[in-house]
Amino acid sequence: MTTLEIELKALMLASLDGNAASYRSLLDQLSRRLRAYYKAKFAALGRGTSEAEDLVQEAVLAIHLKRHTYDPREPLTPWVHAIARYKLIDFLRRNRASLADVPIDQADEVMANDDHRGAESTYDIRRLMGRLPKGMQCAIEAVKLDGLSIAEAAKRCGLSESLVKVNIHRGLKTLAALIARETRT
Amino acid sequence: MKTDDLVALLSTNLEPVDRNAVVRTLCVAIATGAILALGIAFVGLGFRPDLTTPGALIFLAVKVAFAIGVVGLSLAYLTRLARPGGERKISPLLVALPFLVVVVLAAISLGSAPRAHWERMIVGDEWLECLLSIPVIAIVPFAVSIWAVRKAAPTNLSRAGAFAGLIAGGVSAMAYALHCTDDSMPFIAVWYGGTIVLCTLAGAALGPRLLRW
Repeated sequence: MTTLEIELKALMLASLDGNAASYRSLLDQLSRRLRAYYKAKFAALGRGTSEAEDLVQEAVLAIHLKRHTYDPREPLTPWVHAIARYKLIDFLRRNRASLADVPIDQADEVMANDDHRGAESTYDIRRLMGRLPKGMQCAIEAVKLDGLSIAEAAKRCGLSESLVKVNIHRGLKTLAALIARETRT
Repeated sequence: MKTDDLVALLSTNLEPVDRNAVVRTLCVAIATGAILALGIAFVGLGFRPDLTTPGALIFLAVKVAFAIGVVGLSLAYLTRLARPGGERKISPLLVALPFLVVVVLAAISLGSAPRAHWERMIVGDEWLECLLSIPVIAIVPFAVSIWAVRKAAPTNLSRAGAFAGLIAGGVSAMAYALHCTDDSMPFIAVWYGGTIVLCTLAGAALGPRLLRW
């Protein structure tokens, strides 16, 4: 087992317990690995690498929304790789690309390289958020952008605390779907 | 948007997650599906009138044991298949075990019976009812299992769909067993086994469409 796997798994376990700093560090490192992974895949498929950043963000959102499916008894790398590959194939299918050319790869590949040259994706999250229902918009803005606590957000949005949490989750899910639709070329 | 901003957004006010969510959701879904299937079988078909006689109870126990074997094994697989990459570590052949046992028992019971009885043992009285009822009753537990798998993140959609179908078929067979009065091993092997396989194939075909995330 590589030291990277050990380090990232420890961050993931802390994240599942709600440690925001660990989670930030985890997503930061994963997004750099994913960037290198997707750029390499796109290059191998003869596509431009400009779409890679969209896919990095899709994968990061998927990792966030599906983090409860990580089994702590298993290593982290294959789990991340399965999500990354699933999103790659989903992306290519959406864009009617041939799937025959996608090579079978090893789980380690997703962690193989580090690319920190963060770029902008092609969509604007603020604009997409405008298309969410009011309750979801308010909950995400208050808690995720303005950093209010759940209790404060509940007061601001006029929702119960559990409804704020539900709205954040549903809102991020809807955002992920909107992004997927947006990045269909 | 910058990826850094997305990372910052997602990690702000992070909520802890329940590590047992996948398993618990699936178990709750299967239990709900089983209760609904029993209700549908009772209201739609009624339970067999001789339910408490020893002869009926033995075959009821065999049918239910077969169905529970199928459901238990496929549930164990589905808890893995519902997770990203879960399909890599398993070879789902073990799930054929209950079918194998039933087929062997059917062969033994055919072997020890005169040839003239074979047709009656295999076809029974209500083969058509069985053929239709198990897939129809399976629809509701199938919908509930698909809902549960959608909450997780399968990466092999046809296989996850197949196992959702297999569970639904097993749950449905268990409910139908309370109504069915055809008591012979060959009947169980052909019509119970066959319809459960049918549900599995339907699940495999529907999986890619129903389970995308």
